[in-house]
Amino acid sequence: MATFFGEVLSVYSRAVEEDDDELDDENEEDEQIRREIEEKREVYIEWYPDVTQSVSSGNCTLQCSDLIIAVGPNASGFLSAYVLNTESWDAVGHVSLWNEKSRCTSRQPPLPGEPACRFYRHRDNPSVLMCQSTCYVAEDQLFQWADKVFGSLLNRGLNVMVLSDSPVAEYKTPDNLYGSAVPFLRSLKSSAFKDQALCPALEQPNILTGLPAAVLSHCQVHRIPAVLYQCYTDVIGPDTVTMETYKPALTSLSKLVKVSTVLYPGITGIMEYFS
Amino acid sequence: MFVSAECTPLSFKDFILIMPAVSVGNVGQLAVDLIVSTLNMCRVGYLHTDCLIPMAGNNPYATSAENANDLSTSAEVYSSPDLKLAVLQIRSPIIQKKSKKFRKLLVSWMKTSGFSRTVVLSSSHAYQRDDQQLLGTPLRYLLTPSMQKETGDHLKEMDWKEMETVSAFPGVSDSEQRLCIPGGGVTKGLFTASCAEDIPLAIVLIFCSEGDNIPDAFTLLNHLNTWLHLVETPVSAEIQTQPKWRIPASWRLLFGSGLPPALF
Repeated sequence: MATFFGEVLSVYSRAVEEDDDELDDENEEDEQIRREIEEKREVYIEWYPDVTQSVSSGNCTLQCSDLIIAVGPNASGFLSAYVLNTESWDAVGHVSLWNEKSRCTSRQPPLPGEPACRFYRHRDNPSVLMCQSTCYVAEDQLFQWADKVFGSLLNRGLNVMVLSDSPVAEYKTPDNLYGSAVPFLRSLKSSAFKDQALCPALEQPNILTGLPAAVLSHCQVHRIPAVLYQCYTDVIGPDTVTMETYKPALTSLSKLVKVSTVLYPGITGIMEYFS
Repeated sequence: MFVSAECTPLSFKDFILIMPAVSVGNVGQLAVDLIVSTLNMCRVGYLHTDCLIPMAGNNPYATSAENANDLSTSAEVYSSPDLKLAVLQIRSPIIQKKSKKFRKLLVSWMKTSGFSRTVVLSSSHAYQRDDQQLLGTPLRYLLTPSMQKETGDHLKEMDWKEMETVSAFPGVSDSEQRLCIPGGGVTKGLFTASCAEDIPLAIVLIFCSEGDNIPDAFTLLNHLNTWLHLVETPVSAEIQTQPKWRIPASWRLLFGSGLPPALF
């Protein structure tokens, strides 16, 4: 592209990259490299031995009536503070994947404080599963993540709730948010979800991306009842005010499992865990 | 792969399919938004694939509180059985290195669905036009051989311009001529694959640059309408009129939120 001052600038398109045709010129070596990269970026669900024992050989499919997924440090912190702290939960698995920002490739359970996707199951009500996701899942791994997680569960009678953090800078509104109530919640639900959501719906033209979008899309296409609560916040890291914004979700969660109604006294420890 | 949203079996036999290519300015996608919104088309299915970046949102074509909360995903199929028209809308970019797989998926779906013809709405970088292309209309078309037989003459009569080929080696006069659609995304690949598979497919594209591409979408769509007559053009003796298209609710705030007063 030429400009008024004669220098030539390369033009950037937000829609397309210029190297889309490269794959057609692939030789055998390129193909092998591409396959190796694909294998390295594959997503694996590691279920722990006490879980795999309770299902028949072959595919590990877990009976699950309710799956709660928290994406981001505040959503995960909320679950830790209000739900997982009741000590009736067992760690049953984690997701192992590799990308430029996440190296959670170990088959061993991740260390406390390490960014990861961890699964927990309630001891008294083993069909309730919880997932805390604090590691980065790349664009090309999102579909696989949702496909493999839901592929591990018996989908009949499944209900899904997703809690997700988002920066308020990404929230589009004609009104100015300066001085308004931030953080706040917005909801989205799949067509199969027939109950009322616990906060206003996400207005157009706002959209979801990332792991929450992959999960909700999967539920929509496979007719699984799912509701998502997105918390828009102006704080980047873990923050108690943001975590408390998810409290309306306790109304639904308390019907499944025992929850705390006050902020867990060990909250400082949780903040450090997720920062 | 295509997943139906209906409980009863669905047939697209002899339907016309209109779909966008994710291309410069997102013009094809904007034009498809106008078609679905104006014709009040119903969603009948999804293209559930790992080739697209996942996204979700509320109904972008909402007209009332009742239909505002239908969840929308990254690739959906809409249908108007009265017009025998199906429309595929793609809302997110194709994941890098997956465009070949996505093309194969589309070609396979087009073949098994039995569409009578497919029209791909696309765009190409305006800055890469040569001297000839800088003059005259920015609109171009391409037809696969099977489509050429049924529609080629009609488009020539309407004075439509076919997309020019370029020299493989610019400046060398007798070098091989090849098709080049810079900024067109999967357009060229889809066209070549459709020629090979004998699919009746037409590409309709506009030269444009990134920016506010709404006028480009209207230009492309009005041009397409002169061929497919999706919407009636009001007749007026005095001025040349264009058909009325309905802008969907999702087009609000395309360039961001309102300005904070504290800025001033």
